[in-house]
Amino acid sequence: MAEPVLHLEGIRKAYGSGDTEYEVLHGIDLRLERGEFAALIGPSGSGKSTLLNLIGLLDRPTAGRLVIDGEETSALDDTGLTRLRGQRIGFVFQHHHLIPAFTAEENVAMPQLVALGWPNAAMFARAGALLARVGLAERRQQLANRLSGGQQQRVAIARALMMAPSLVLADEPTGNLDTHSADEVFALLREVNEQLGTSFLIVTHDPRLAKRCDRVIELIDGTVVADRPNALR
Amino acid sequence: MKSWLPFEWIAALRFLREGRMQSLLIVVGVGVGVAVIVFMSALLSGLQANLVRRTLSSQAHVVLLPAEEVARPQGTTGEEAIRLQKQAQRLRSIDQWQQIRDRLHDWQEIAAVSPVASGPAFVVRGDANKAITLIGIDPAHYNRVISLSDRLTAGQLRVGAGEAVIGIELAKDLGADVGDKLRISSAGSAAETLTITGLFDLGNKGVNARNVYVGLRTGQTLLDLVGGVSSIELALYDLDEAERVAQRIAAQTGLIADSWIRTNAQFVTALTSQRVSSNVIRFFVGLSVAFGIASVLVVSVIQRSREIGILRAMGATQAQMRRIFLLQGGIVGFCGSLLGSGLAWSFLLMWQLMARNPDGTPLFVIAFEPLLVGVAAGGAGLVGILAALLPARRAASLDPVVAIRG
Repeated sequence: MAEPVLHLEGIRKAYGSGDTEYEVLHGIDLRLERGEFAALIGPSGSGKSTLLNLIGLLDRPTAGRLVIDGEETSALDDTGLTRLRGQRIGFVFQHHHLIPAFTAEENVAMPQLVALGWPNAAMFARAGALLARVGLAERRQQLANRLSGGQQQRVAIARALMMAPSLVLADEPTGNLDTHSADEVFALLREVNEQLGTSFLIVTHDPRLAKRCDRVIELIDGTVVADRPNALR
Repeated sequence: MKSWLPFEWIAALRFLREGRMQSLLIVVGVGVGVAVIVFMSALLSGLQANLVRRTLSSQAHVVLLPAEEVARPQGTTGEEAIRLQKQAQRLRSIDQWQQIRDRLHDWQEIAAVSPVASGPAFVVRGDANKAITLIGIDPAHYNRVISLSDRLTAGQLRVGAGEAVIGIELAKDLGADVGDKLRISSAGSAAETLTITGLFDLGNKGVNARNVYVGLRTGQTLLDLVGGVSSIELALYDLDEAERVAQRIAAQTGLIADSWIRTNAQFVTALTSQRVSSNVIRFFVGLSVAFGIASVLVVSVIQRSREIGILRAMGATQAQMRRIFLLQGGIVGFCGSLLGSGLAWSFLLMWQLMARNPDGTPLFVIAFEPLLVGVAAGGAGLVGILAALLPARRAASLDPVVAIRG
């Protein structure tokens, strides 16, 4: 059996300490295979974002084992986590979170610029190609804040793909978009998944989008209550 | 991205450019602070150099005098109480002055050595009779200690046999001019009639009314110091070394060595006090500049916390985040220092134009040294980086999750 892109065993996350300790995630076990396109659903406060932050190595679990692309993360220090995050994981946030001081092309190239420390021509060629892939070749020199919401989210998707990550984590990627733009963005994610084989874990409240994923993982009160292939797709 | 700078530089410059109003205000703030420091430094060093120059226009940096004569008791038995009266000092020559002069010529701190025969005398012209200081000099050497030829207002520096150069005040008092005769007599019986060959203005009324320069031989004759000199006057390359050099000479020769620093102790104390108070002001201006930069960058860290979180999520290390904010501090400091140096230069030009003597000449010359700009730029850049330390640490330690949520 091939190495999963993501493997969680008994992941717990608690905040506070002593009497005020409050556990948000209660022993999550999860495997995400390469090329999977999964939705993570659940009501507000169910722990979706906390789980996504742990998988994205933005936060550390209180207990449990977290393996990304075959690399055990519990022993890594901040630098090691940062390196792994930069190289293997792409992020698409609900509010796209582009950096307004930079152009669309620069935002897309940013993960590689951060990793290499210096800009180079190849970096921008790749950024340009990714922007063309998301249909924004003409807008590459526009400052990020001059783009529409849908365009910004497409730039964010291109940015998430810049390092050719094994896993893309998308937190409500269409949450701020109208239906038409949401469909376009979702189709784009799906296209990348199918063409590049990148795994996706998408947090969404939108049942319409969840139904279009290969697999739906449902989280309630910090526990995975359902994990099923999507029969409706 | 046309720039091929490192990532941290690109991010720092973009962040500053994006918040351009904020950046402009802090650069102007730093600029004003630097302008005050540069302007004060240039003004103060110009003022002090001018004061020192004027003070030393009629003084050597070090004057060597014969050791004091000390009265010694004779024929005491040891049982008598003796009260020794301090001996009156007479005009005497420095023993072996030629050897001492030659030795001093070899000292690398000493720029010029001039033996001088000087002492009290009287000048008579018609009914006018004035007490003077007669100074016998070798003009070639003396001119390198006190630039007399540059201070001539009439005639020339010629002190051959039967010639004298006098100050403009004395000339006025005596009603004399170049070409006129004077009769000079010493406290002894020697007297000589001399022709005035030049008038000088050393910028000191007392000196202009008192000093009469004659040739060394004439001075020796009139002061009864045949073949001798009453003092050796020195010019140094470094004025501030005068006291240390004087002490070394005194230790090696046994002569009394008076430096200009000791002779003008109160003046030097005033200069030092002025320098200290100016340094205190500069320190506090620098401190306020540092706090200004720090406060703006602290606000900037808060404003950019989401971007910091995004960059961290994309793999930016804590060290990279720290460098971005340190660079912003350094860039703001450096740009502010350039602006400040420009402002200071303009203020100094205005000062030169406005602060003038009644005759229209500048009150004093202010040298605008490029080194001062370099020091200000480097200093302000460093202050900017130091001021950014705290905000940079804060940016680096931001939790990306919290930062992204804003």
